[in-house]
Amino acid sequence: MGPITTTHYIALSAALLLIGTIGVLTRRNIVIVLMSIELILNAVNINLIAFSHALQNVNGQIFAIFVITDAVAEAAVGLGILIALFRNKETVLADEVDLLKW
Amino acid sequence: MMDALFFYLFAALVLGGAIFTVTRRNAVHSAISLIVSLIGVAGLYLLQQAEFLFAVQIVLYVGGIMVLFLFVIMLVNLDQAAKERQFNGQWWIALLCVAVIGVEIFYFVRKGASAFQMPVVAAPAALNAGGNTEQIATTLFSQYLLPFEIASVLLLVAVVGSVIMAKKRI
Repeated sequence: MGPITTTHYIALSAALLLIGTIGVLTRRNIVIVLMSIELILNAVNINLIAFSHALQNVNGQIFAIFVITDAVAEAAVGLGILIALFRNKETVLADEVDLLKW
Repeated sequence: MMDALFFYLFAALVLGGAIFTVTRRNAVHSAISLIVSLIGVAGLYLLQQAEFLFAVQIVLYVGGIMVLFLFVIMLVNLDQAAKERQFNGQWWIALLCVAVIGVEIFYFVRKGASAFQMPVVAAPAALNAGGNTEQIATTLFSQYLLPFEIASVLLLVAVVGSVIMAKKRI
C-alpha cells in the first residue's frame, strides 16, 4: 500500500457518485431514490474536502457546509412531497406516478 | 501506513454501505446501510483534518436526516412496495450509461493524475492554525457572509415548503 494521495479520494468519490447515479436511475422506490441523492451529495463533499486538504485551504470545507445545507433542504422538501404523494395516490413507486404522461 | 489502513477501511465502509443502499429490497435496511456509508464518509473527513465537518456529518446526517428518513419510512406503508419489482424496466440502459460515464471518469482521472499533486502552499499546520472550527467560522462569517445568509433563507423556504407539502388541507 502506497501513501494515500488526492487521486485516491477522487477515485473513491467517483465510485460513490456512480453508485448513487445507479440508485437514482434504476430504483422504483422514491425513498431509496432520495437516499441515492444523498450518496451523490456525499461524493461531492469527499471531493471538496480532499482538495481542501491538498491545497491547505479552508474554503473547500465552507462549500461542503453549503452542500450539506442543500442536502438537508432537499431531503425535507422531498420527503414532504413523498408524504403528500402517498396521501393522494397510495403509492411510493416512481413509475406509477404518470399523471403528466400522455 | 496507518493513514492508508484507515483510508481503505473507511472506503470499504463507504462503498459497501452505498452498494447495499441501492440494492436492498427493504427500505429500512437501505436506510441502515446509508448510515454506515455516511459514518464512513465522516471518518474520511477526520482523516483529512476536517474535524468540524466530521462532527457536522455525524450530528446532521446520521442524527438528523437519517432519522427523518426513518420517520417517513415508518409513516408511509412500504410493505406493499417491498413486494413489487424493485428496479425500473429500463435498468439496463441506465447501467450502460453509468458504465460509460464511469469508464470516462476513470480514464480522465488516470490521465490527469499528475495534475492532482498540488504544490503545498504552506506548512501542513496552516490549514488548522488556531483550530479547524475557528478557521471555518472566521472564513464563513467574513468572506462568505452573503452566501451564508442566502443559505439561511433557503432553509426557511425548505421548512415552510415541507410543512405545506405535508399538510392535509392548505
